[in-house]
Amino acid sequence: MRDWRFWFAEQRGTLMAIAIFIVMFVIYSSNHPAGFSANVVQTASNKGVLLAFVAMAQALVVITAGIDLSVGMIFTLTNCLASWIVVGSPVQVFFGVVGVLLVGALCGAINGAIVIYGRLQPIVTTIATGAVFYGIALAIRPNPGGSVDETLADFFTGRFFGFMPASLVTLFAVVLVVWVPFSRSVTGRAAYAVGSSEPAAYMSGVNIRRAKFAAYTLSGLLAGIGGLFLTFFTYTGEAAYASGNAYTLFSIAAVVLGGVSLFGGKGSAIGAIFGAMAFRTIGDLLFVFDFDPLWQPLFQGVVLLLAVSIGAFGLFRIRNRLDWFG
Amino acid sequence: MNALAERLPIFMRRMDPAVVTAFACILLLLFVGSLYSSNFLSPEYLLQQLKVASFLGIIATGMMLVILLGQIDLSLPWVVSVGAMMSSAVAGLGDVGAAIAIPFGIFCGVLIGLVNGVGVAYLRIPSMIMTLATNAVAQGLMVVYTGGFSPQDSASPAARYLATGFIIPTVPNSVLCWLAVGAAAVFLMTRTTFGRSIYGIGNRERAAYLSGINTRRVVMIVFAISGGLAAFGGVLLAGYASKAAQSMGDAYLLPAIAAVVLGGTSILGGRGSYLGTVAGVMLITLLQSILSVMQMPEFGRQIVYGIVIIMMLLLYGRERLQR
Amino acid sequence: MEEILRRRFWFMITLEGALVEAAPLFRLEGVSKSYGGVRALQKADLDIYPGRIHGILGENGAGKSTLIKAMAGVLAPDEGRMFLDGRETSFASPTAANKAGIVCIFQELSLIPDLSVADNIVISDPPTRFGMIDRARQRQIAEQALARAGAEDIHPLALVKDLPLSRRQMVEIAKALARKPRILILDEATSALTAADVTKIFAVLKRLRSEGLALLYISHRMHEIAELADECSVFRNGRKVETYEAGSKTNNEVVELMIGREYKNVFPPKPPLQSNGTTPVLQAENLSWTDRLKDISLSVRAGEIVGLGGLDGQGQRDLLLALFGVLSGCSGKVLIDGVPVKINSPTAAKSEKIGMALIPEDRKTEGLMLPMTVRDNLSFASLHRISDHGIVNRAKEQKYIDEMIALLGIKTAGTGIAVGSLSGGNQQKVVIAKWLMNQPRIILLNDPTRGIDVGTKQELYVLLRKLAGQGAAILFYSTDYDELIGCCDRVLVLYDGKVKRELVGAEITERALIASALNIDMGEALHL
Repeated sequence: MRDWRFWFAEQRGTLMAIAIFIVMFVIYSSNHPAGFSANVVQTASNKGVLLAFVAMAQALVVITAGIDLSVGMIFTLTNCLASWIVVGSPVQVFFGVVGVLLVGALCGAINGAIVIYGRLQPIVTTIATGAVFYGIALAIRPNPGGSVDETLADFFTGRFFGFMPASLVTLFAVVLVVWVPFSRSVTGRAAYAVGSSEPAAYMSGVNIRRAKFAAYTLSGLLAGIGGLFLTFFTYTGEAAYASGNAYTLFSIAAVVLGGVSLFGGKGSAIGAIFGAMAFRTIGDLLFVFDFDPLWQPLFQGVVLLLAVSIGAFGLFRIRNRLDWFG
Repeated sequence: MNALAERLPIFMRRMDPAVVTAFACILLLLFVGSLYSSNFLSPEYLLQQLKVASFLGIIATGMMLVILLGQIDLSLPWVVSVGAMMSSAVAGLGDVGAAIAIPFGIFCGVLIGLVNGVGVAYLRIPSMIMTLATNAVAQGLMVVYTGGFSPQDSASPAARYLATGFIIPTVPNSVLCWLAVGAAAVFLMTRTTFGRSIYGIGNRERAAYLSGINTRRVVMIVFAISGGLAAFGGVLLAGYASKAAQSMGDAYLLPAIAAVVLGGTSILGGRGSYLGTVAGVMLITLLQSILSVMQMPEFGRQIVYGIVIIMMLLLYGRERLQR
Repeated sequence: MEEILRRRFWFMITLEGALVEAAPLFRLEGVSKSYGGVRALQKADLDIYPGRIHGILGENGAGKSTLIKAMAGVLAPDEGRMFLDGRETSFASPTAANKAGIVCIFQELSLIPDLSVADNIVISDPPTRFGMIDRARQRQIAEQALARAGAEDIHPLALVKDLPLSRRQMVEIAKALARKPRILILDEATSALTAADVTKIFAVLKRLRSEGLALLYISHRMHEIAELADECSVFRNGRKVETYEAGSKTNNEVVELMIGREYKNVFPPKPPLQSNGTTPVLQAENLSWTDRLKDISLSVRAGEIVGLGGLDGQGQRDLLLALFGVLSGCSGKVLIDGVPVKINSPTAAKSEKIGMALIPEDRKTEGLMLPMTVRDNLSFASLHRISDHGIVNRAKEQKYIDEMIALLGIKTAGTGIAVGSLSGGNQQKVVIAKWLMNQPRIILLNDPTRGIDVGTKQELYVLLRKLAGQGAAILFYSTDYDELIGCCDRVLVLYDGKVKRELVGAEITERALIASALNIDMGEALHL
């Protein structure tokens, strides 16, 4: 019984994110004209999965107390790349997919290497590398276009057995293959340790560099998977600056909604996924209530503002004002 | 190394190596540029660069104050746009409107900054997410206001005069604006108790609080100042282009942060000088200008821009090794 | 008797009955380390033997921390050689030192706040199964280690950040034991522990010694060293002064070795007790806060030094913070000069009307901004005094700063250097000076001598008495009983958030302090 309580305390952020998502989704689907149907779920999940991948990517870096402002640009770059090389014969397509994922991981690894060996702050590093990644994306796709293997795209954006959205299944698979092993490995533990207190981690003989490098590289890989999926949905590649930026910013919002602390060491990628889904659902709520789409950005902003302010209610419980300063 | 340092004049010995390097990089850029075209060293070109830099300079001043606190203001893009759009909107309301256009634009920025400040200082929401949220709200408000179309109002005559006119012959007014803002910022940072508090909070807010500083009020005011300066930058930009545009602020967020950091201000707060920010702003402006003069395609500009920032930071912005 | 024999003849460990002189397990030869021109450690030699506890004594800045950091692989020495089992070694990182069997418990805790106790205990080498951490096994290891450290009350799944300081320290010790060390280094490891924990830990350490471990024990508390150590080394100014057999020197001799001069009259004389009827400057009535402070009433008159005693963590720190306006939701009254006041922030506490100052617990995070200059730090609490309408008057500032540096005798190369580059004692002087600059009438001190050297401590005692003589009301919390006895006119002993006893004048004795701290009556205490 006591053990269960400790687990609950540790996972509180993630559980909160799941709860927020469920509430949002119930409101959404119960008011949706089509009701809770496989179609509604598929559309919702296809939209949500993109942000979910990027948010997972962001979460990995945030757990080490870093921040990745280039994550949206890796997403854009891999999108452009996929619209170029994921075509042709099945073998070509296979290598194309592998190539896209490798490039994503490479981008993350570059970020990691600069942060670790260059000893620069993550925030400025990723601002600069973001510009580079965007530049490369622009070089690949000066104008929107390209194509992607449609069979593959349809497979990943359709449904399995008529009711399970393939994108959601893929997301689940990625969690199982990437996040679960990482979070339970020694390196994953080290990533949490580094994020929670880097000096203490160093003193404890934790391999800080390996932990950070792994987190950044996997983050790039996940953003790459996101970019690949974007291509599957749109069949094209586009080096859209605004969209890349928006994904970066939304990923931070999703991570925070998902209970991952921006100060590091706390939260999980699972939380980030639900944060992303909740954030997407918030944006879509307006459509089901039949509001003018013009109000969507404002509504999304206000809900985000309220959501982050809710966390502040804990302040009223603080009796020692020094606790304000962490 | 030490012997060399001792031979330098005192004022140079006291200077932050980051600032010195940044100015050296500016000279290098000018040199490279002059190899490319002799126009590069002409007074007209340099004044033109200074004019372009002044918009970024004003915006980066607010960002620098926030970064000195160890925080960040990501609401900058839409605060810039709000400043520009609101002041232009008011300017369309007749003579009174035109008269209060500039103060009203700044006022709107201060309001958003205050919301940021209340969230960060009093509700203890991490600034990165708080300012992100207000940015989204500001964007939402503007989208609703304009109905999704680009705004039709044109900038007030006063804004146009400030951005493009000349009080002193050959020196653009916008440069004078930056000069005024910069002088005020330097005074604030170095001579006032408020400035001392900013540095103190940036180093360790806990210790500042226990020293009896009203840290929450200081943080809130700094965010308000940052909002006001971003909006002022927006007003000037609207004056420069004679009207506001929806996403005119997007192009200023990352350069503003980069300029501050290239100028040697620690992104973790508590350390940095305004001279450095000036150097950073000029550096960024010159870099962008050279890349466009060389007619490098957009993708190349982005890549070079990013790589140059990384390189320069690797030169002098590294953290100390633990061991 | 056995103990004495063991101490005398330790070098004749018999292996199969033969007399063999034990070889040192670890040896340092001429190890030096400098930081930016300051020699922190100079040509240090040290031999460490298995089955012995080696006490290390020295003031702050004597080179003790540098010594153990070099041993534990945290920093690389500039010169000198280190031998393990007679073979020359060097460690590239703490991990490398750990692998060689050298485990260090640092003064600054090395626990990771957001991870659980079990996660922390196995952090450097978690048990794995199929490449993933084996949680069941990890928990088992943690439970064993906690039991070995005598801390079974700590749940292995609790998050470290939720534990009180003393429990964290026990986790730290368990974590060290879980690494199966051959050499265990304890650097002020008992500073946050309660008396009961210290007793437990000493039993553990003695058991480890009998198991053949080499222990290096660093502490400011001489009686701890006297109880534990088999031999002691004294460091001063980065050099090892002497190594001697435990018990072969008197306390005074040891202190003289540490400070390098004769040691006498630590505390300034107290003025005769006055029973004047003046209104106390500071009064608290029925002050309560959560479950940490219960109905505390106290009064401090001008010219008086009132001590707060008791075991660590009985509410003393909370009381000082409550008076200083840091805690919210306090009930009860605070009166200044007999007038009830509401103090809800340090800003209010330091205002002219109230004139309060708090020397906080941790100078590095609460008292100073280490990277900022001595000047900025000194004037930070008195900005309103050195400015006109918010604009700093530099001449005035310089004048006050010069006064303070002279008053406290702060040794600094200038006011423009970072305060973090000063020695610990001088840093603490800056903290005190920064508050004296505001001319407080009420001075609250939260364990101000923790981790500073004997010389500075002595200066501080004189200063406190001088300030009291000038009319300040001083409330002084200390974890060091000698200080309370030597400095205070009255001592309030706290137990579980309540004032358990008030000792006045000659009543302030070590016995009375300990008895009331442990909440036992004086009759029982006579048999202690």
